[in-house]
Amino acid sequence: MEKTLFTLNQLPIGSHSKVKQLIADGPIRRRMLDLGLIQDTIVKSLIKSPAGDPIAYEIRGTVIALRSEEASQILVELVEKQEGRRGNGIN
Amino acid sequence: MGLTNESTGMATLKDMFNIEIQSPNEVVIALAGNPNTGKSTVFNSLTGLNQHTGNWPGKTVSNAQGRYSYKDKQYILVDLPGTYSILANSVEEEIARDFICFGNPHVTVVVTDATSLERNLNLVLQVMEITDKVVLCVNLMDEAKRKNIHINLKELEKLLGIPVVGTTARSGEGLEELKSAIAKVASGKIQTNPKKVNYDKFLEKSIKEIETHINDLIGNRLNSRWVALHLLDGNDELIKSINDHMGLNLSQHKLLNKKLENIRQDIKNEFDEMKDLKDYIVTSIVKTGEDISKKVVSFKDKNYNQLERKIDGILTSKTFGIPIMIALLGIVFWITIKGANVPSNILAKGLFWIEARLSTFLKLIKAPIWVHDILVLGVYRTLAWVVSVMLPPMAIFFPLFTLLEDLGYLPRVAFNLDYYFKKAGAHGKQALTMCMGFGCNAAGVISCRIIDSPRERLIAIITNNFVPCNGRFPILISLASIFIASSTGAFRSLVATLSVLTSILLGVIITLFISKLLSKTILRGLPSSFTLELPPYRKPQIGRIIVGSIFDRTLFVLGRAIMVAAPAGLVIWAMANIMIDDVSMLTYCAQFLNPFAQVLGLDGYILMAFILGLPANEIVIPILIMSYMSTASMLELDSLAEMKQLFINNGWTWLTAVCTMLFALNHWPCGTTLLTIRKETQSLKWTLISFLVPTITGIVVCFIVAQGARLFGLV
Repeated sequence: MEKTLFTLNQLPIGSHSKVKQLIADGPIRRRMLDLGLIQDTIVKSLIKSPAGDPIAYEIRGTVIALRSEEASQILVELVEKQEGRRGNGIN
Repeated sequence: MGLTNESTGMATLKDMFNIEIQSPNEVVIALAGNPNTGKSTVFNSLTGLNQHTGNWPGKTVSNAQGRYSYKDKQYILVDLPGTYSILANSVEEEIARDFICFGNPHVTVVVTDATSLERNLNLVLQVMEITDKVVLCVNLMDEAKRKNIHINLKELEKLLGIPVVGTTARSGEGLEELKSAIAKVASGKIQTNPKKVNYDKFLEKSIKEIETHINDLIGNRLNSRWVALHLLDGNDELIKSINDHMGLNLSQHKLLNKKLENIRQDIKNEFDEMKDLKDYIVTSIVKTGEDISKKVVSFKDKNYNQLERKIDGILTSKTFGIPIMIALLGIVFWITIKGANVPSNILAKGLFWIEARLSTFLKLIKAPIWVHDILVLGVYRTLAWVVSVMLPPMAIFFPLFTLLEDLGYLPRVAFNLDYYFKKAGAHGKQALTMCMGFGCNAAGVISCRIIDSPRERLIAIITNNFVPCNGRFPILISLASIFIASSTGAFRSLVATLSVLTSILLGVIITLFISKLLSKTILRGLPSSFTLELPPYRKPQIGRIIVGSIFDRTLFVLGRAIMVAAPAGLVIWAMANIMIDDVSMLTYCAQFLNPFAQVLGLDGYILMAFILGLPANEIVIPILIMSYMSTASMLELDSLAEMKQLFINNGWTWLTAVCTMLFALNHWPCGTTLLTIRKETQSLKWTLISFLVPTITGIVVCFIVAQGARLFGLV
């Protein structure tokens, strides 16, 4: 069954999600891939900045802040906590 | 607007890596790594140099080489810009890649952060695709231990096929092993067998086909497998680099290009998952890194970063984030102002005591009176002022500020403020460059290199001057202490702090406003992409902070001020003493400037002081005092109270003080900063604009405040 896709910035703080698709193109896309945002990577939404944007995410053990402009180009599906199988301490 | 790299200074970065090899026996080592891995600490620990470590972001590019010897051999260490990748998505990545490819390093050391090894492996694997001579340095082992992260270095070494050394560069742990591994790889004693990322079978076969052609063209000067791969994915910048560095023209090679075209077509038609080959390559590398990391890293404490998240939750919270930030800044200034008072007075007393002795000595050896006056009243007195006014606040401010930096707080500031910078069409990292500007605007301008987009970098460069640098703090602090806080006794330093804090907040607001204005006019464009790493908080090293900030920053800034102050003192003394029709040149100039200065709430001498202070703002107040004193009878000036009296005698009101503070905050950058801007932008036009923007802002702001106050009869 296909799960609903969200853009990364839509998810509430504390949620875990799995990267499904990058809409971004060009250098931004490369940068995202270099950060490890490839298919099926688990991302945790960590904290919002005081103004609500940017938001910091935990990606492969590193904390990276993304503006809504970038995060909205990352399509993800929600995962249950248990499913966050990667052993990087976020499960 | 056509902002090319050439027009924004990136060209200067590119010629940083011309290495001077003194003898053919010297071994060249390239040091690569992600940002925030302590790469510069490794560099410094190896070379024993203090290269302004972590002091100004982006500093790596400006001071990138050092030497060390190990077992009678000389090693040249080249510190490459910190990057996440070397697939060349930015100029820094291109520099790093080109050096590894064409700089002929004997060994490339990749420095990684033990607490986020997985992400770091991406770069390691990329480097291993280019060269076999790689040593992996897993740094920050102490942090990993603290967080209960265990890394099986032996297993990692086996999986990667290259030597792996765990280090804690800050305490020097593991560095001997690192040096030894480097030596062995360089001499060939260790034969590495780097694991290559495995790609799809069809792709591997295609790579082999292309490789043969490439071997014919470039021999073994470059890794042909890697070149083949990136010829296939159409990495145009790389092809350009190869052409430039090797004197080839790959696009002229008909057979090769035909083959490439055929393979690309086949991939497109038959292999859906590789339809974007660049994506496929990066994805394969990341996955390989993930697999390796799973095998060697174990987290004993799954909640190792709970505390960090809690701290982040407070420091960046909606309610407290920004107030805490302002409060921290306030505390830093309060400690600086409060703490600097006593040593400043002692220094002043001491230095003026020396002045008296110097005077006696010169009289004793019967030096002509004009020599005495030039040396003592001109040069020495200005120097004494600069030292006593500047040294104590700097010696307190810089260590405190470095402490915040070392803790890892500054990226949180950028995180908190990014939204506002985005609204102003600028980059969140501009907040970091502004923080550097507190120390020195020239350093702030250099640090703008951390911003990738040329447009946003220029905005950050032009507006950096709205942050008062250390040379201007004394103006703000002394005027705030004597004019604004004078009547409040016990709360004096508190009120002074608040006034300085207000000026800084005003500076930030002006920065945002002008950034917005620039991005709507001459630097039009959309905000670029923004990715900011919030590195883990780290235990600060108090000893290193104190030593580092005093030597690197305090003495650097002070030394510069002194170098400028001595000749300036001479010039001013001369101006005050060369008479034209019974009026000194200084008074003559001041009178000429006076009508305009009055409109801005200043007077001719103040404006004169700012103009003469172009070489360094530190000397503005000393110049002012000297000018006032030269018109009145001589008086000993060793306290703020006397300074106030002197200013009041010369017609100062609170409005004069406020306008002077405002003008100190908003006027042309100092000479050093202007030269730095010229160097960074490679453009006279942008230097001129950087001169005009704050100057015009200052004139407008002072005009409004002065005229407004007069209109409402406040003075």
